[in-house]
Formats: sequence, C-alpha cells, structure tokens
Amino acid sequence: MHEALEWWRNAWLVFEAKFSQNFLEANRWRLLANGFVTTVEITIGAVLVGLAIGFLVAVIRTTHDKTGRLKFLNFLAKVFLTVIRGTPTMVQLLIIYFVIFASINVDKLLVAVIAFGINSGAYTAEIIRAGLMAVDKGQYEAGASLGLNYYQTMTRIIVPQAFKTILPALGNELIVLLKETSISGYIAMHDLTKGGDIIRSQTYDAFMPLLAVAAIYLICVCGLSWCVTRMERRLKRNE
Amino acid sequence: MSNEAKPILRAVKLVKRYPNVLALDNVSCEIFPREVVCIVGPSGSGKSTFIRCLNLMDEPTGGEVWFKDQQINAKGTDINRVRQHIGMVFQHFNLFPHLTVRRNITLAPTLLGLKSLDEANAEAEQLLDRIGLREKAESYPGQLSGGQKQRIAIVRALAMNPEVLLFDEPTSALDPEMVGEVLQVMKGLAKAGMTMAVVTHEMGFAREVASRVLFMDHGRLVEENPPQEFFGQPQSPRLKEFLSKVL
Repeated sequence: MHEALEWWRNAWLVFEAKFSQNFLEANRWRLLANGFVTTVEITIGAVLVGLAIGFLVAVIRTTHDKTGRLKFLNFLAKVFLTVIRGTPTMVQLLIIYFVIFASINVDKLLVAVIAFGINSGAYTAEIIRAGLMAVDKGQYEAGASLGLNYYQTMTRIIVPQAFKTILPALGNELIVLLKETSISGYIAMHDLTKGGDIIRSQTYDAFMPLLAVAAIYLICVCGLSWCVTRMERRLKRNE
Repeated sequence: MSNEAKPILRAVKLVKRYPNVLALDNVSCEIFPREVVCIVGPSGSGKSTFIRCLNLMDEPTGGEVWFKDQQINAKGTDINRVRQHIGMVFQHFNLFPHLTVRRNITLAPTLLGLKSLDEANAEAEQLLDRIGLREKAESYPGQLSGGQKQRIAIVRALAMNPEVLLFDEPTSALDPEMVGEVLQVMKGLAKAGMTMAVVTHEMGFAREVASRVLFMDHGRLVEENPPQEFFGQPQSPRLKEFLSKVL
C-alpha cells in the first residue's frame, strides 16, 4: 500500500518536472501556441483556395457531362485531377516551394496555402461534382421549364441541394486537410507539428511534446466534427 | 375549333431518333388557344417524348416546333425566354425540396424579374387559395402528400402566367386516391380556358375534358379526333385494340 503510493508520488513528480521543462521553461509553450496559429492559418487559407478551385473544376466537369460543352476546359480539369491526385502532397509542396517559387522571395505561408489549397481543390472538386450529379435530373428540368437559364438553375436549385449531400464529405476533407498541414515543416514553416519537434530537440524528451501536439490535433478534429454534425442536423430540419 | 385562330404550339413532322429507336416518326400537330389536347397510347409509344419536344426538354432530331410565330428549335432562339410562356408539369412533380411551397411558386417569376417579391407572394397566396392549400405556404415539399405536391407543381407553373401548359403524365406517380384531386384542378383550368396538352392514361379525363384526343403508337400519330368519335368510333385497328384493353 505504502509502496504503491510512493510510486504514484514519484510518477507525479517526474511528470511535473517534465511538464515544466517542456512547456514552461523558456516559455516553450509558445512554440506550440505559435505553431497552432500557423497551422490554423494554413488550413483556413487552403480551405478557401480548395473550395474555389474545387467548385470551379466541379462545375466545368458537370457542365461538360450534362451538356457536352466546355470540352477543352474539361480536358484541362481532368489533367489537373490526375496529376494532383496521383502525386504525394509532400512532393507537391516541395515542388511548389523549391521549384516554382524557387527564385522568387515569397511568404512561406502563401506557398503553403497555395500548395495545400491546390491539393485539397482536387479532392474537393470530385466531392462537389458527386454532389451536383446526385441531384435529380428532374430538378434541372423543372428549372429549365420555368424559363431559368443554366446559371440560375445551378445557383438557386442545384447547388443548394448538392451542398446538403456533400456536407459530410466536405467536413471530412477539412479534417484531412488540417492534419495534412503537419508536413509544412518540410518547407521550414513553424506549424504545430514543427513546434513540438523543436521542443523535443531542445529537451531531448519526445513523449511530452509529441503527445501534446497529438492532443491538440485531436481536439481540433473533434471540434470540427461536432460543428459539421450540427450543421447537417440544421439543414436536415427542412425536409 | 375556329379555323381562323392561330395555333399556340405547332409541331411539324417531328422526328426524334435515339441510337436504337425511332421515338418520334413524323409527328405533326397543332394546339389552338383554349384547347385541351390529350395524348394517349401504350407505354413506349413516344407520347412523353412528343410533349417534351414541345418545349425542347428533348431536342427533336428533325422537324420544326413553333411557338406562335417563332420556330423554337431554330438556331439562335432564346429557348429560356420561350419556356417562360410554356409551363410544364412533370410526372414526378419536381418541386424544389429545399424551398418552401411559397418560394417554389415565387422563385421563377421574381428571379426572372417578371414580378416583385410582394406581387409574387400575393399571387402565390391567391393560387394556393384556389387549390385549397393556403395553409401549406410555409411547408416544405417533403411534408406534403403526392397529390398536394402535384397540385403545387401545377400552381408553380401557373405563376409564370403561361400561354400553354404541358402535362407529362401528371397522375401516373400518384396513389390512386390522390388522382382525383389533381384531375379536379386540371378540369378547373380547362374550364377557365387554359390551353393544355396532356399526356395521360386517364381515359375518363380525356373523354370528359379533352377537345381532341391523339393516339400514338410506335412513335407515330395514329389517330386524332374529338373524344366522342375517338372513343365512340375508333377507326384504326390499333386504337380499337388499345381501347378494348384500357376501357
């Protein structure tokens, strides 16, 4: 009994010491906090870029499939999807940083946003396209029969319905994207993962910083899932 | 039907060819103001294809479609503009599920700038009153029965003040007990002088309301007569056989 208590006491003391060494000394928690901010910045930027690209590509592809127009743009979109989905995100990130922006002095945050945005755009495009194609053909016809043009039918009738179907998949893509930004340390960005890594290199303790990093990602993902579920439920109310 | 009146819709030698079938084979037909033209025939006879060619939901492969003085399947026609004057009611209603009943009705007139939102709302209420569904204005289509949905789909088309209404099997997707309420609305429209073309299996409706009945088979227009002759003295053997099966 006494021994067990002693063991727990010791464990606690070790934990306390390690905690203060890893996070409190030299204000190391700031590495995590600043890294977290960077991670959030990259993610938000990339989501916006990804949605824009994804929407554009999806509309081009759907319009082509439905009407046979936009042949050349559809071809470009297909090439884009094949290349982006066929190569690793990290390689894309490195190419964009070290090849495309090699000779230009450009903010690394912007590079990361562009790289992750383009990558996410390819996946988002297919999600949105699936949503647009899933809307019943009769909805296009109903819009057309009332004299609405293609654009009006799309924006007022098809897209709002598609949005409801793809929301879970979009939420999933957002979660994947958030976690994927953890490779931005490879272009020397100080994101959350890199922050934990720097602490590790200073304290020679891997356990504390890495678990902290993992916990922060996990909390973010759970929060995002919760938001998406709530939104889904709100949208379902109208059925 | 007075011969001086100009037809609202005119199909001239319509052909619709799919890779393996000839869905329409030289079908010509005129629809005059205040006429109710019912189109009957076995499934696969091309009657839906025919009515869908009248507003270019399906593009005919050959022939001409005229709306008043305008050939609408000619190059350069703004078909969206023409469709504002040709309403359509579908077998599966095709109400917009993400919009309230009220918005379903007001969307097109307001979006196209034909009416202000206030005008459109007022008219939507009037129209809903007419079919006894005023209290459903704020409901969503998912909360309605099939018969209610179809009545609202009719009203949605009416809100555009069309000059002619096309019905593509409007009661075929309904439970039997709901067919009556939809036909009742259509009869009301006919009585009010609405020009209508109706693809239907409801022979009772055709007999009672139609000014002319068309019989189609294998993509061809086989027979065309006022209902009394059409049902009383069918000419072609194919129509006789068809009537003996459905009546």
